[in-house]
Amino acid sequence: MSASPTTAPDLAAEYSLRQTRSRAGEKVIRGILLAAAAVSVLTTVGIVLSVVIPTISFFSEIPVTDFLFGTVWTPLFANGQFGVLPLISGTIVITVIAVIVALPLGLGAAVYLSEYASDRSRRILKPTLELLAGIPTVVFGFFALEFVTQILLVRIFPGIDIFNALSAGLVMGVMIIPTIASLSEDAMAAVPSGLRDGSYALGSTKRQTAVKVVIPAALSGIVAAFVLGISRAIGETMIVTIAAGLEPRLSLNPLQGMQTMTSFIAAAGSGDLSTGSIEYKSIFAVGFLLFLLTFIMNIISIRLVRRYRQVYQ
Amino acid sequence: MSTPTAASAASHGAPSLRGSRQPLSDRVFRWALFISLTVGVVTLAVLIAYVTIKGWPRLNSTLWTNMPSIRRPERAGAQSAITGTLWVIGFTALFALPTGILAALHLEEFAKPNSRFQRLVEVNIQNLAAVPSIVYGILGLAFFARALALGQSVITASLTLSLLILPIVIISTREALRAVPRNIRDGSLALGATEWQTAYRQTLPAAIPGIATGVILALSRAIGEAAPLLLLGAVTFITFNPTGPLSGYTTLPIQIFNWTKDSREEFQILASATIVLLLVLLLAMNLAAILIRNRTQKRW
Repeated sequence: MSASPTTAPDLAAEYSLRQTRSRAGEKVIRGILLAAAAVSVLTTVGIVLSVVIPTISFFSEIPVTDFLFGTVWTPLFANGQFGVLPLISGTIVITVIAVIVALPLGLGAAVYLSEYASDRSRRILKPTLELLAGIPTVVFGFFALEFVTQILLVRIFPGIDIFNALSAGLVMGVMIIPTIASLSEDAMAAVPSGLRDGSYALGSTKRQTAVKVVIPAALSGIVAAFVLGISRAIGETMIVTIAAGLEPRLSLNPLQGMQTMTSFIAAAGSGDLSTGSIEYKSIFAVGFLLFLLTFIMNIISIRLVRRYRQVYQ
Repeated sequence: MSTPTAASAASHGAPSLRGSRQPLSDRVFRWALFISLTVGVVTLAVLIAYVTIKGWPRLNSTLWTNMPSIRRPERAGAQSAITGTLWVIGFTALFALPTGILAALHLEEFAKPNSRFQRLVEVNIQNLAAVPSIVYGILGLAFFARALALGQSVITASLTLSLLILPIVIISTREALRAVPRNIRDGSLALGATEWQTAYRQTLPAAIPGIATGVILALSRAIGEAAPLLLLGAVTFITFNPTGPLSGYTTLPIQIFNWTKDSREEFQILASATIVLLLVLLLAMNLAAILIRNRTQKRW
């Protein structure tokens, strides 16, 4: 099949086999396909509109500075206060714990899969690791609360709260290992083997080649994986709602309970708030902040991936 | 360990330039890497063992014949959650699969490559795939539940979840379409087929196994999703099976969440048993996806 000269891609572009005049039915179908593709754009527009409109009306009642720099978050109280810092600090503490777990383990797993594992063991190990990504987050939350806190952590830290940031962060870290490992491995697989061979030819060991040649060469892809992993940790809801408690607290102590941006949205949104109330609007203000943060990180990650693809293609 | 050079030389397809004996630091490094890989796998094993042992006493037919109950945890079951999951996922598939596959056909077969609009759509889809699921819940709450007044119903949940999995369906369908060689399209066009006839009768059927794999994984993501449904009324205590698209509902992950919140031990056991049920379902779907991929991998 491949012997036929007309299949070469550059020739195909020159001698197009497509019709010059399209039928009416064909045009209708094209319209339907375009509409289907437009749904994804409309989704983004819908998300932006649905968070921005209530947020604007939220800020007409609560000054932006009170929201961003206030240290007390009690929206459901009478005379509630709307300082978002406790939710941000809770999100940061739990994300940092998750990142401390997931970055080294995810990168280590990726280096092993890409540089050390034989083809056969990779075929088994990779899907097994990916199964981890298929576990529902509500199951991870249950595991964090029932097993990690009540069986493991209470023995190590006797004074720990039942709902605490540590268990949520640890389990969330394990949850994002596959995200980081599989994206980093893609980036390392794209590094040309000539670079490795050059390194070996100069007398490097396998470890030196992995650490000093492959990882730097794949760096933009690895950083993209890290950023996407952090974005997932910030946006994760069920683990923190179940295991970290629902008390907003401006604290850095991981043994205490904390509320994050996501677990506030989940807790307030599952109650029966009336549509026009300020409490209801606060869900959207926090949602807007969350969307903005993760959007920035996702775009950084997408750009970085595009960069390494360009370099090695 | 004794002949690590042979395996990796084969994987890079070049003669090995490495020395035959590894220094100690290299062996330690290799083990550290291997351990970081096993942490995830071991956690998964511990998790599965824990919920199976804990949920064992309730892993019997009452789990799917009985309804949830607050007063009598020892006899409560998850029937309404099982039927609710089936209803919600059925409608999710109905919305997400045609839309996702048609969108992928547009992007891969019809759209002008590298046009400005095309690149915008691509970045948009990649971003949507990483938007936190709770944000989709906000969209569903504001748009489907309140603006369209669909309320806290099966249809609201399905529409929201279908938007959530749409990027996954599109991305995996595009990969499957891209794997179909150009010859097949050219052959069809050369015989006088129109572009749509080519896409519908040649390219799409050839890509079906790849699409099926992606679709199964996307639906299993939707089955396990709980966060957006928290905003869409699924937490209300439901002891009936849905009767139609506008009916109230609960799903397996939401039922697990509700039982987890109740600290009584019977409910923890019930939650564990339901988790086992959910995991068996998801593992079966994952296995099916892997089997389809391996069975039908075609060498063109």
